Amino acid sequence: MNSNFNSSDIGAFKDVWVFCEQREGKLMPTDFELISKGRDLANELGVNLCGILLGDDVDGIAKELGGYGADKVYVCNHPLLKVYNTDGYAKVICDVIADLKPEAFLIGATNIGRDLGPRCAARLHTGLCADCTHLDIDMVNYKEFLKQASTLPADRIEKLDTAVVLGQKHDVSRDLKMTRPAFGGHLMASIICPRFRPCMATVRPGVMKKNAFDQAKADACEIVHPAFELNESDFQTEVTEVVKAAKKLVDLIGADYIVSVGRGISKDVEGGIKLAEELAAELGGVVGGSRATIDSGWLSADHQVGQTGKTVHPKVYIALGISGAIQHKAGMQDSECIIAVNKNDTAPIFEIADYGICGDLFKVTPMLTEAIRAAKASK
Amino acid sequence: MKIIVSIKQVPDTSGKVAVNPDGTLDRASMQTITNPDDMNALEAALKIKDETGCKVVVVTMGPAPAAGMLREALAMGADEAYIASAREFGGSDTYATSQILAAAINRIGVEKDDIVICGRQAIDGDTAQVGPQIAEKLHLPQITYAADIQKDGDTITVRRMLEDGYMNIKTKTPCLITCIKELNTPRYMSVSGVFEAYSKPLTTYDYEALKDDPLIDKSTIGLSGSPTNILTSFTPPQKGAGVMLEGNDRATCDKLASILLEKHII
Ligand SMILES: Cc1cc2nc3c(=O)[nH]c(=O)nc-3n(C[C@H](O)[C@H](O)[C@H](O)COP(=O)(O)OP(=O)(O)OC[C@H]3O[C@@H](n4cnc5c(N)ncnc54)[C@H](O)[C@@H]3O)c2cc1C
Ligand SMILES: Cc1cc2nc3c(=O)[nH]c(=O)nc-3n(C[C@H](O)[C@H](O)[C@H](O)COP(=O)(O)OP(=O)(O)OC[C@H]3O[C@@H](n4cnc5c(N)ncnc54)[C@H](O)[C@@H]3O)c2cc1C
Repeated sequence: MNSNFNSSDIGAFKDVWVFCEQREGKLMPTDFELISKGRDLANELGVNLCGILLGDDVDGIAKELGGYGADKVYVCNHPLLKVYNTDGYAKVICDVIADLKPEAFLIGATNIGRDLGPRCAARLHTGLCADCTHLDIDMVNYKEFLKQASTLPADRIEKLDTAVVLGQKHDVSRDLKMTRPAFGGHLMASIICPRFRPCMATVRPGVMKKNAFDQAKADACEIVHPAFELNESDFQTEVTEVVKAAKKLVDLIGADYIVSVGRGISKDVEGGIKLAEELAAELGGVVGGSRATIDSGWLSADHQVGQTGKTVHPKVYIALGISGAIQHKAGMQDSECIIAVNKNDTAPIFEIADYGICGDLFKVTPMLTEAIRAAKASK
Repeated sequence: MKIIVSIKQVPDTSGKVAVNPDGTLDRASMQTITNPDDMNALEAALKIKDETGCKVVVVTMGPAPAAGMLREALAMGADEAYIASAREFGGSDTYATSQILAAAINRIGVEKDDIVICGRQAIDGDTAQVGPQIAEKLHLPQITYAADIQKDGDTITVRRMLEDGYMNIKTKTPCLITCIKELNTPRYMSVSGVFEAYSKPLTTYDYEALKDDPLIDKSTIGLSGSPTNILTSFTPPQKGAGVMLEGNDRATCDKLASILLEKHII
């Protein structure tokens, strides 16, 4: 790493960067989400938005990132970068950051991003905010967000233009304000990194909205190959095998309609899942589940919605026999419309449901499927 | 050979979590437990101890009462315990926390055939950053999200979970591994273990004990050494209660379907 690099020389840093993760030569959905969000932040700062993509011979997939808002993509090709490895990726990213000095650096909070981010932040001596669900530069937008998303009194929100940092008043208007859940979603915190650059964040997959793809912008996107060095001797770990899950995984994050089941199906697990599948099929959606259904082995882990599963915001989320634990809500409460069916009228899920039906899911679900089919036919 | 396990005492966030009106957590009203992933980390170490007879050392950073958690780890089978505790360490973010833990681990000493094990994520801060940051500061190779650990001499092979499958990763000791709950089922304390725990060594590292480590400096530990600051914390509002539909028969379902249709939701 460039020995002159000084992370506290704030003025030397410019541009917003997004780490664009590829697996088997394919970009990840989070890349497009982060590029889209990064575009807004770069506009608010009046700087460029750049992607950085590591792999082996991956120039061909880089331009697509332009279509979602990247001005430029730094591509680092090397046979040793073909598959993710902490040693190689952290070295190249830190070296390139030390040379080119972005002011903000976003990483998808995937299992890979959460391995890479902290290693790089420690080496660069800067701050890293974990698993963010909201990002702001603009103070007006930020305050508006807090008015909607928090219970903070208005006068406290108004006072957030400055923070006290090491005993000094600090103006946060150009700082990235990174908001994230902690304590299992019971508490939210907005984090800043006022004294060091780049300001780094891992961002929860599925949370940021993807822009519409623009072919003209993709064509105009500039591909740059920054200088870096990488040798076998830089590696202390070796990836001997990458194994893909055998079954096709359910794509909860991309789904517009999700029908999730909970422990409420326990008296007839197969029957309950079948009813959910039929309802999901009628809506053109997929089936998800609470952690109880995953822990019981009724559904595979890729179906799990919640804090330790997927965060989803479909058009419609239907919860069948799910009590609505905070950890479950954390993954689905931003759905556009929530429908809950539960036999217990005091189940917490009803507190966030737009429409609730108190009843036995085994009776209600088939009727609801029928009713929706009939309603669609009448259109 | 020894295994150093980094464990954290956390409030139990799975039960009721009380939040003060000013957006901070009412910690006093919550039970404390050993962070769940760290129990898996300790179990992984004890398994290797069962096979090889190696030493297991537990380390934590936190206020003095966290020593109680260390006694429990000793009762489960760990041999030695260390707690880094000082006013200067308070207010640390993950950068500063890992700085202090790395210094404590340096003081304990990492030798050629040693392994450092952490949990993947603590259930309070929820960042999953401390493990990799300790690894960087100790210049150790890291393997995160471990669902299986095999040791063959100085070669360690780990199954590292991905969202869509897994990787097998090989490295040599010394190295740092972070564990997920799928790795194992933690054992219980035994009666004799509880009895023995009180005769096992538990050492406190205060600021004086660690201050000569180059990692320890006012600019790298505690509040003044934390690159991140909390601008504000808050609780999310409850979403406005929706409509409880009357009944649970076909007519109720038809009513719901027609609302969804009207609102162009279906
Ligand atoms: C650190 C941590 C992380 C976690 N992460 C997650 C996560 O990511 N996702 C997640 O979902 N959970 C998570 N949990 C678990 C969470 O706390 C709850 O235990 C879980 O969500 C409960 O699942 P459930 O609602 O299906 O089951 P239960 O809470 O048992 O609820 C079952 C519901 O079904 C209803 N019911 C029963 N029979 C019927 C019927 N015939 N018709 C209609 N209703 C019926 C009952 O009234 C009840 O409300 C986590 C917990 C911890 C501690
Ligand atoms: C609301 C809130 C939000 C925060 N957000 C951030 C943030 O975005 N970025 C940031 O840098 N800091 C953040 N912090 C600070 C952070 O929580 C603390 O630095 C904490 O000491 C360590 O982080 P963690 O709990 O997330 O641990 P994790 O990184 O999740 O812990 C992983 C593993 O590291 C080991 N470990 C962690 N802490 C200790 C310890 N004290 N003793 C022994 N082993 C340990 C354990 O093995 C554990 O399983 C936040 C704090 C709060 C209250």
